Amino acid sequence: MKLRIEKRLAVPRYSSILVPILSVAAALLLMGIILLIFFYGRLGTLSLAFKETFEAYKEMLTWPFANRYGIFSTLMRMVPLAFVGLGLSFAYRMKIWNIGGEGQLYMGALAATWGALYLFKDVTSPVLMILLISVLGAAAGGIWALIPALMKAFAKTDEIVVTLMLNYVAIFWVDYLVYGPWKDPKGYGFPGTAPFPQQARFPTLFGGEFHIGFFLAVVLAFILFYVYRRTRWGMNSRIVGDNAQAARYSGISIIKYTIIALVVSGAIAGLGGAVQMMGVQHRLQHGFSPGYGYTAIIVAWLAKLNPIAILLVAFLFGGLLVGNDQLQMFYKLPMALISVFQGLVLFSLLGGEAIAKYRLRVSREEAVTNE
Amino acid sequence: MRNITKAFPGILANDNISFDLRKGEVHALLGENGAGKTTLMNILFGIYKPDGGEILIEGDRVSISSPHNALKRGIGMVQQHFTVVPSFTVAENVVLGLKDMGFFVNTKSVESSIKNLGESYGLPVNPKARVWTLSVGEKQRIEILKLLYTGAKVIILDEPTAVLTPQETEVLFRAIRKLVSEGSSVIFISHKLDEVLQISDRVTVLRGGRFVGTEERSSIDRRSLVRMMVGRDVLLDFEKSTKEPGTTVLEVEDLTVKNDKNLEAVKSLSLNIRSGEILGIAGVAGNGQRELAEAIYGLRKPVHGTIRLNSKTLRHTDVAQRIRAGVAFVPQDRRALATCPSLSITENMFMKNAHTKYIPQSPFNVDFRAMQKATERLVSEYSISTPSTKTQARFLSGGNLQKLVLARELSTKPTVIIAEHPTRGLDVGAMEFVYKSLLAHKDRGAAILLLAGELYEIFRLSDRVAVMYEGQIMGYTPPDPKYTEEIGFMMAGSKQEEIA
Repeated sequence: MKLRIEKRLAVPRYSSILVPILSVAAALLLMGIILLIFFYGRLGTLSLAFKETFEAYKEMLTWPFANRYGIFSTLMRMVPLAFVGLGLSFAYRMKIWNIGGEGQLYMGALAATWGALYLFKDVTSPVLMILLISVLGAAAGGIWALIPALMKAFAKTDEIVVTLMLNYVAIFWVDYLVYGPWKDPKGYGFPGTAPFPQQARFPTLFGGEFHIGFFLAVVLAFILFYVYRRTRWGMNSRIVGDNAQAARYSGISIIKYTIIALVVSGAIAGLGGAVQMMGVQHRLQHGFSPGYGYTAIIVAWLAKLNPIAILLVAFLFGGLLVGNDQLQMFYKLPMALISVFQGLVLFSLLGGEAIAKYRLRVSREEAVTNE
Repeated sequence: MRNITKAFPGILANDNISFDLRKGEVHALLGENGAGKTTLMNILFGIYKPDGGEILIEGDRVSISSPHNALKRGIGMVQQHFTVVPSFTVAENVVLGLKDMGFFVNTKSVESSIKNLGESYGLPVNPKARVWTLSVGEKQRIEILKLLYTGAKVIILDEPTAVLTPQETEVLFRAIRKLVSEGSSVIFISHKLDEVLQISDRVTVLRGGRFVGTEERSSIDRRSLVRMMVGRDVLLDFEKSTKEPGTTVLEVEDLTVKNDKNLEAVKSLSLNIRSGEILGIAGVAGNGQRELAEAIYGLRKPVHGTIRLNSKTLRHTDVAQRIRAGVAFVPQDRRALATCPSLSITENMFMKNAHTKYIPQSPFNVDFRAMQKATERLVSEYSISTPSTKTQARFLSGGNLQKLVLARELSTKPTVIIAEHPTRGLDVGAMEFVYKSLLAHKDRGAAILLLAGELYEIFRLSDRVAVMYEGQIMGYTPPDPKYTEEIGFMMAGSKQEEIA
């Protein structure tokens, strides 16, 4: 009898559901071990550490979904993840790896702030204001993504590196403004701009815990679902993503598609930044995003770039962020551990996908000697 | 090999096939596309493991777990795609991958034994030459010498003549005869009847993954072999219509194109094709045919030159413009260039629909149901064998993939068809189909540029034959086998005037 690992000819259908579930389970398990060690160090005995780990897990997994405040927090955390995730899916479907969601989100937020506090400060109609800021935010994200798009289309530079580097540039731009020229004089030295005027804020529901940005994300997801399924763009982007040579052969301009894909991708992320400003932050602050742009990469992947699935996964990850906040607050866990957990999820996910391509075969028949 | 069975998803590639090889014989393995020839041999060479059946060597049951294991047992295979390292010398390529060579390689002794081996089998190569400087035929010789050097007694050749000139084929056949006379055995995979009849001692025919029969050469003729292969009589020699060609449709003037290595592959070439005419371009592969086709189709940017369609100059590298104007292209490399492996047959069928408007539709509401229906019709019209129209294109065999490309390219009634090796790797049944389609489109008035390696194909289809050598047209002949020798000389680089 002999065990042999061989490549599957076709990855079975059920794996697209099984792999994410098992990956998250594996990540939880690994995280449990880390938490156990962490609590053991703090509490001294293993049994207490076990109990604490269990309690912490319970808190983390139930709180974000089990009560009114938790669910609204989760939904609000979900919105920026969904926007950036949807934006990334637009480029990823063509195998263009936009890692710059974070920077595009920042630029969208920056532009929204500029609009709310300076450019449109004489606009009094809330509808017009929100519309103008949304367009401005999307434009800023799109222009930010246009830089790597042009570089990729005409100079064949690697978009991964360029988009990633531009994240830092965008974050530092925001820092420069909130520490410098845009700093709120009434802000007691706190690095942030003045608050948005009332007409530049989203209407809220349910006692202020929920804003209409959620509905925008849902509508956008359904629009993208239609675009991917039923439009020529959707079909052609599948061709470009699957075989760029065949796309050229079919008369599709790769340059045009590359530029549009990245710009739209950035515009959606930028819109997410504007929405975050109008809905939650109401002012531009240093480090207002806890890495939404990076978490959204995981979201988009877990959802297999399906817009509706992105909504669901963004909801779950929103819950994860809220649960992590709980851990941080009540169990005094360091922020770095939260990042470790997200890293573990991505790691086991990618590993799981690779493993799913193989199968284990037990061959009984090895009676014949090899010489 | 007894009762070999091998299944791939959706397809039973080998269904209970038995095959035997005697010492000192050439045994041809013949069959339609997707008949399972290559699969069966890949099992023998240890690339695939069979799902059922057994392999016996001199009466002993063996399990061949890898190509390395096969080589140890004296079984060697020359694949369709060569596995040589271009920047290495011939000798280095031969010793590459030999596990028992030790750390230091005595190059001198290897070189001299390669030279001797090559000379004794009539396969002369210079062991010190870098492989990239060699012709396709010479590369193939290296593959064979590699096997001989390791002491292979059973040599599997997978469609070895596909890339060779008639002269090179002769050399190969002489070497095969020599090998066999010394007690080696050769398995010759092919779908070219004439060659099979010329070289083999016995012929085994596969059809649709099943064993049809094994016959002695002496007891079989061309017609009965064809019947075994396709299960019915096929007429390959049908009449061409004698309709006079019409006005000039495609004009190429003073075209110079560079290849991927930035060398001039097409040099100041001019040609024109009239409506209802097939211009056949003969030539050894790699003499600029591909670059010519790609430049005309707009995939490759020419250095200079003009391409005109119905007297209208086409913009260079504008594929969309050509598709809209009715230029169809059946490229040689359909897997890499003409299809999307992970997309469905339907999506592949309508890859160009945005420009061809075969099914008119709005860009904001693509009607998949209409595409689905049309695909079902085309699948049956072109007899593409597939489980469904939703199957991913990568699961199609080479022949079926080619039919898919043909269905897409020809269904739009193009005015110009560029067909690059349209029947390469196809079986007799599919070939007949391709010939009939091309001739039907010629009668309809299409101007067809046929780039093919096979002379009989060019003779059968073309109205004029042009011979291409190093990016230039050496001369034109009528499509008649009596010009074979003249064409052979031109393919080797002689100008027409020099021969006459």
